[in-house]
Amino acid sequence: MSIITIERKVLEKNDELAAQLRNEFKKNKLFVINIVSSPGSGKTSILEKTIEKLKGKINLAVIEGDVQTDLDAKRVEKYNVPVVQIVTNGGCHLDAKLVKDALDSINLSDISFLVIENVGNLVCPAGYDLGEDYKIVVLSTTEGDDKPLKYPKMFINSSILIINKVDLLPYVNCNIKELRDNALMINPDLKVFETSATTGAGIDDWCEWILANIKK
Amino acid sequence: MHELSVAQSIVEIIKENVPEQDYGKVNAVLLEVGEFSGIIADSLQFCFDAVKLETPFKKARMEIKKVPFVLYCNLCKVETTNSNGIRMCDKCGGFDNSIVSGTEMRVTEVELD
Repeated sequence: MSIITIERKVLEKNDELAAQLRNEFKKNKLFVINIVSSPGSGKTSILEKTIEKLKGKINLAVIEGDVQTDLDAKRVEKYNVPVVQIVTNGGCHLDAKLVKDALDSINLSDISFLVIENVGNLVCPAGYDLGEDYKIVVLSTTEGDDKPLKYPKMFINSSILIINKVDLLPYVNCNIKELRDNALMINPDLKVFETSATTGAGIDDWCEWILANIKK
Repeated sequence: MHELSVAQSIVEIIKENVPEQDYGKVNAVLLEVGEFSGIIADSLQFCFDAVKLETPFKKARMEIKKVPFVLYCNLCKVETTNSNGIRMCDKCGGFDNSIVSGTEMRVTEVELD
């Protein structure tokens, strides 16, 4: 019997590709975010508000990931920004290869900000680096304040938490302080924004943070 | 999580690290899987056993070594843990720490006949 020692990360292929993407983004002075959350937390709605605010200030493009349909791309298209829809046909997350292929349709030198909206899923997208600067996790108040404890990996791997649907706080069983504390227990380094994509609350702060990160 | 695609990645890693003429001799693949890697060991095992039938590694078994979640507390200056995956030191209750292990997923060895 013989043994071959390997010591390889199982997702190494993805990580290598993500590193290539990160290089490419850096060369083009692109600020890139990867938005993750469970389905229905308001990722696309926040994105729409964000585009409204940032249009005219910076050039951006969007990659939409969904299991099926191009409904999200159609929503974003209305704002006249370049958008590519990735349909995963059942796949539970985006990986670096899918993003690389999508980039063929985007002229990176024309933009300074790229948003990747991941498949709605609070588990799988946590493990896949897409070459982004920051992973942004959105959690809405309707999902309950215990979710960071129940789905810790997503919160460990994200840098920013957006608590969305704060306008619904009076009507739902969610203690926002508890939600914050739970998230910060999982990841003390999280930066937290509170937004409502419906009323527009908190969107200004969020957009200011984006503008501060645009590479000159 | 997505154990099936992970099982497929593992098959690729074996292919890349074993000389082709030895494919038929592979009898085990050894893995280290962190407690908070997002992978369920039993489910990965199940998926690998299904996937391998379509590969030259039909008789390969998968051995998974589970790696505990370990933190290094910057205040106590010791390694500590938390069974809920919370980045809190069990000793002092502090949050100033870094992750030492428990999030990895690695192929470490392939055993041949």
